[in-house]
Amino acid sequence: MHTQPPIPGAALDGILQQHGHQPTELLQILIDTQALEGWLSPPTLSHIARALNLPRARVEGVAGFYSFLHTRPAGHYRVLFSDNITDRMLGNAELMDALCGKLWIEPGKLSEDGLVSIAATSCTGLCDQGPAMLVNGHAISQLSHRRINEIAELIRQQRPLELWPAEYFQIEDNIRRRDALLDLTMQPGEALAAAVARNRAGWLAEMQLSNLRGRGGAGFATAVKWASARNAPGEAKVIVCNADEGEPGTFKDRVLLNRFADLVFEGMTLAAWAVGATEGFLYLRGEYQYLRPQLKAVLARRRAAQLLGNGILGQAGFHFDIRIHLGAGAYVCGEESALIESLEGKRGTPRIRPPFPVTHGYLGRPTVVNNVETLAKTCLIALHGGEAFAATGTAQSAGTKLLSISGDCAAPGIYEYPFGVSIARVLEDCGASDTQAVQVGGASGMCLAAYEFQRRIAYEDVPTAGAFMIFDGTRDLFEVARSFVHFFAHESCGFCTPCRVGTALLKGFMDKLAAGHGAQADLADIDWLDRLLKNASHCGLGSAAPNPVIDTLQKFRPAYERRLVSLDFEPAFDLDAALAEARQLTARDDPGAHLKTHEEDAR
Amino acid sequence: MKQFLLDGQPVPFADGQSILEAARQAGHYIPSLCWHKDFPAHGSCKLCIVKAAGRHVSACATPAREGWEVESNTPEMNGERRGLLQMLFVEGNHFCPSCEKSGSCELQALGYEYEMLTSRFRHFYPDRPVDASHPDVLLDFNRCIFCELCVRASRDVDGKSVFALTGRGIHKHLVVNAESGRLADTDFSKDDMAAHICPVGVILHKGPGFAVPIGERTYDTSSIRSLKLQEEDS
Repeated sequence: MHTQPPIPGAALDGILQQHGHQPTELLQILIDTQALEGWLSPPTLSHIARALNLPRARVEGVAGFYSFLHTRPAGHYRVLFSDNITDRMLGNAELMDALCGKLWIEPGKLSEDGLVSIAATSCTGLCDQGPAMLVNGHAISQLSHRRINEIAELIRQQRPLELWPAEYFQIEDNIRRRDALLDLTMQPGEALAAAVARNRAGWLAEMQLSNLRGRGGAGFATAVKWASARNAPGEAKVIVCNADEGEPGTFKDRVLLNRFADLVFEGMTLAAWAVGATEGFLYLRGEYQYLRPQLKAVLARRRAAQLLGNGILGQAGFHFDIRIHLGAGAYVCGEESALIESLEGKRGTPRIRPPFPVTHGYLGRPTVVNNVETLAKTCLIALHGGEAFAATGTAQSAGTKLLSISGDCAAPGIYEYPFGVSIARVLEDCGASDTQAVQVGGASGMCLAAYEFQRRIAYEDVPTAGAFMIFDGTRDLFEVARSFVHFFAHESCGFCTPCRVGTALLKGFMDKLAAGHGAQADLADIDWLDRLLKNASHCGLGSAAPNPVIDTLQKFRPAYERRLVSLDFEPAFDLDAALAEARQLTARDDPGAHLKTHEEDAR
Repeated sequence: MKQFLLDGQPVPFADGQSILEAARQAGHYIPSLCWHKDFPAHGSCKLCIVKAAGRHVSACATPAREGWEVESNTPEMNGERRGLLQMLFVEGNHFCPSCEKSGSCELQALGYEYEMLTSRFRHFYPDRPVDASHPDVLLDFNRCIFCELCVRASRDVDGKSVFALTGRGIHKHLVVNAESGRLADTDFSKDDMAAHICPVGVILHKGPGFAVPIGERTYDTSSIRSLKLQEEDS
């Protein structure tokens, strides 16, 4: 049987050994252990807790937090369909139904023989080549009915994943437009040598001149962050590269890490040089775990070339190394303090701020958390100087921005533009026509209607972490917003009341409207919830959660209003639907088993 | 001494003191469920939400600042608090008339204090089985509001870590430190601080029940507002 885990034994102890029995490694230990057994059984959790000298309840708390960790048997094959709106537009629901039908199982449930489970997961960052899925954590893109048929057959034959056709796992970069960063050809170490030649203070001054702002969306000045960490008291400072690219519709970091890993690691080392940091982490989202082996190889090559380790580039006192830490399906870990909690092996709950990570971060040490793209860009500044960098883009947004373009267009993929490019120009370049709306910045970003397409991508106008999802005239913007509301409800960490309950309530209201039970009173409640989430949430997840609803209610209100059945109040409870279970149990579906038809017949 | 303005009233504070602590010390009530004087601020229930210099912040987790204008007892803030209370009521299973903690429950008392007349939203009716395994204490998870006071007291004071949270979002829930999931299989004791800290009716002591008649229970005679301010004085 596939569901019976082996008794915790030598293999588990090997994993614990490999991670030095460190409690900070708990999440990594759980991920590695699950790879062995397919799930984390209660005795396994007890064993890990004892070995790490942690309360068992804490281990259970961590295991229960991350979507990709299973505390119940989940099958030999664990299939997760990516469920971003772009996957939905490409027909992921039909494909999932087809696979469930072929394997005789229900979504979200384990097959009776323990062989396979099929469920949905948040955006896997393959929107340019969807619909996509993860099988035991490995990404497969460009799903079609033919591919689904083949996958069903492979699962039925119990073919090991390593023997599945290699082309399934091929992920394209789809780079469509290059500018300063993607055009850069640089020998590893070149930028670092230039920064070292300027000495630490000179390099930081160059960064200040560049006006580089964080590419994760918030736009905080990178040099200010670095200087704060450098000036913060405390030894053993930390540089973290935030590669937890979970924002639906974003996939630029995937491409940077696949094709330009040296730029990213060099950027981290440049940050370490400025800050005086000794330890670095790449926090890689679980969905991208297929990149880990090649990233480890790049790190090894850089160590051999004296670009990492002790005495980097022969500089006495320049010691820095990087480890890769894997996430396990939790969007909230993109928030920097939640990410740090996760790095420490805990639940990814955002901390109270202040204090900020630059003074009290990883294990209380001064910590810089930067986005993948931000770090890669620092190489340009080291090579060509801060002034040259500041001269591009717009007044408040220096440099270029990578856009992850998906949805209704001819050529989805990665586009690099100088800041200040208009939405209309981008739409033209990617071959979009009859565009009704663009969601810029992902689920938490802005929904722009056609009358706003002259607006520009820049911090001072339309800020973005890079997602750019296009919806043409055939799309229903209410369904777009509803999918994002579902996303936030699924990803809320549950720490604070407004976000935990508010996102679930908002989901309920949107589903009520979708089911045809909406009334004017619901729109008033939605309005009220939007405001409370914005005002009262503990972190950015909760305060951004109502954005898609606020924007679409304002700009596409008819999409909501045509769903209303009453101008007053309508209950969500549907008496006939409540009898569905009884009908299923009695195997009846005749008119007499339905309330409404029964009443109508009587009339 | 430095001071800020709370609803127009000057409130003195010491450096590093939170808005909530300073306000209560000065005799102004800001409500809370997850805050406790013996523990660092938690900031999860959000009932202490105030508007400071125009921004919404948790009063328990925000250090006071000289000259700030803070709004707390206003129709807007109290309306948000009422909404948060309604959220806490609908996400769990709170049947006050049959609850032993009724009359002494902080959630119920705040419901009265903020004039919550209906639950407003759809109830979630979560499935949360009770744990009656322990000889001295019953756990009724239906009423949990995730303040984590038991988690913190057991970990930081009792040194036992009997409680923890698992799950995420609306599926977050309390678990105990045993593979069986039963309180009886932990080293929990009725004398632990964690056994006496629950602001609602999750951790209940077995033995005599409903011992205090209606009319004499904690919040029958005084409002939670005046009792919390008295605690501050004592």
